[in-house]
Amino acid sequence: MLSKQLKRGAAHSLAIIASLIMVIPVYLIAINALKSTAQASSMGIDLPTTVQLDNFGTVIEKGKLGTSFFNSVLYASSATILGTFLAAMAAYVLSRNRTRLNRFLYFFLIMGIALPINFFTLTKMMQVTHLINTKPGIIILYAATQIPFAVFLIYGFVDSIPRELDEAATIDGCGPIQLFVQVILPLLTPVLVTTGILSFLGVWNDFLLPLYYLNNSANWPMTLAVYNFFGQYQQSWNLVSADILLTILPVVVVYLVGQRFILSGLTTGAVKG
Amino acid sequence: MKLRSRYPYYFVLAALILYVVFFIIPSLSGIAYAFTDWNAYSGEVNFVGLQNFQTILSPGENYLSYISNTLVFTAITIILKTVFGLGLALLLSEGVRRFVNAYRVMIYLPAVLPTLVVALIFRSILNPATGLLNTFLRGIGLDSAARPWLVDPHIALYSVIGVDTWKGVGYIMVILLAGLQTIPREYYEAAEVDGASAWSRFWHITLPLLMPAIVVVTVLNVLYGLRVFDIVYALTNGGPGYATEVLSTAIFKAFSQGQYGLGTAVSSVLFVILLVAGYFVIRLLEREPAGG
Repeated sequence: MLSKQLKRGAAHSLAIIASLIMVIPVYLIAINALKSTAQASSMGIDLPTTVQLDNFGTVIEKGKLGTSFFNSVLYASSATILGTFLAAMAAYVLSRNRTRLNRFLYFFLIMGIALPINFFTLTKMMQVTHLINTKPGIIILYAATQIPFAVFLIYGFVDSIPRELDEAATIDGCGPIQLFVQVILPLLTPVLVTTGILSFLGVWNDFLLPLYYLNNSANWPMTLAVYNFFGQYQQSWNLVSADILLTILPVVVVYLVGQRFILSGLTTGAVKG
Repeated sequence: MKLRSRYPYYFVLAALILYVVFFIIPSLSGIAYAFTDWNAYSGEVNFVGLQNFQTILSPGENYLSYISNTLVFTAITIILKTVFGLGLALLLSEGVRRFVNAYRVMIYLPAVLPTLVVALIFRSILNPATGLLNTFLRGIGLDSAARPWLVDPHIALYSVIGVDTWKGVGYIMVILLAGLQTIPREYYEAAEVDGASAWSRFWHITLPLLMPAIVVVTVLNVLYGLRVFDIVYALTNGGPGYATEVLSTAIFKAFSQGQYGLGTAVSSVLFVILLVAGYFVIRLLEREPAGG
């Protein structure tokens, strides 16, 4: 009995140590964001001697965080809505009507999960379509990059919706669009929430596409703005920390609120799919 | 009513067009441009045969070491993330009974942070003089273990691998944890009745039945590792020297320097490596016995 309790205690200690290792860097940022420049220079885990809340004001002003925050919100939400909706339409038809052509199209689409982007020729494509260095351009590009994985996640879920519903709705006089929007889409909610959260986090956290395709700082999302801010204020870790804290705050909030969907959604795609 | 009219093709069209225009056409035309001298400084694009690939393979250039860095990064992160991820998953499924969700939420936290931000935080933590890691090591009397983590060319790549493992292990743990939950408890009860040791239960029940989940995480890790960019770019930008340069950062450098033809050729090399790796990973893992 005692040895069982000892084992349990050891397991909890290990789990606590692992959790601390994962959380301490975030704590480090939170605590140093409140310090003075001098105290934050070593980025220690000590508590701030004086709490400097105006770090945040400085950062928002100097780092142009307002603009980049709205850019990030705009990119992440528009690309998520567009990409998830288009993927849902495609995945629904491909899953319901499994002709040979549709099977091929499904594999053709999800092949994009593994395909590396060719940034050089994509630049040319962005120039030809006049989308380079524009907000609509980056949104459409993000939507396109979300499609393969979203189709993969939603395709599997469509199977769990009984086909009889489609037949009943059709007999009641629903056209294909009405059937999809009014009957199928509401039933897809769980997988759409999961896909949506993953896509939102993916776009919010992305650094690569803006680095390649957004030269104008007025269009920068938060990741690029933070990187640029870090380049200018490397000596002031309190400001860098405040900047980082404001950048990760929305992600951490979305994560904590939606963790049930995120953690379960990750695995429906990976383990059962 | 025919299926085709209930499930019309135009539903697929918008997604397909976006995908073809922004993924497929650039990828296919990229193959053609890899054989040209396309660059930012001249309007002309000339066919140059295999010249770009000769550049990549020539010992005078560093591309071979970028390829090897990419492969080392991928191989070691796969091993570390799978081993630690499995350890943590077992700890949360077998070791502890309470607070499982709290632990899970905390261990997964780094995976939702922007990779760029993680890199910036670790630039401070790994600072040789003032960083938290060296301060901690000195504090517990391990002065000799303190290192210039990102500055020493011999260990910089391993430091990057370590940070990446910290960031990615939670994701792997969550998938393996879900895989563990699909294994019926009766198998373990029966094994216990037969007097099987914990080790043999792990070896003969857990591991074989967890194979599908391990296949999934390996594929994800291969795809991620071969394409890695953010963490390397923001931690070391390929340095010191070229010690941590990987293919994706080299591609970005070619892009910044206007060497589009060469960069496209490097992208094609990455593409081929991804295909070959994907093929072998799937073949290798499929051969593992699927039942205990």
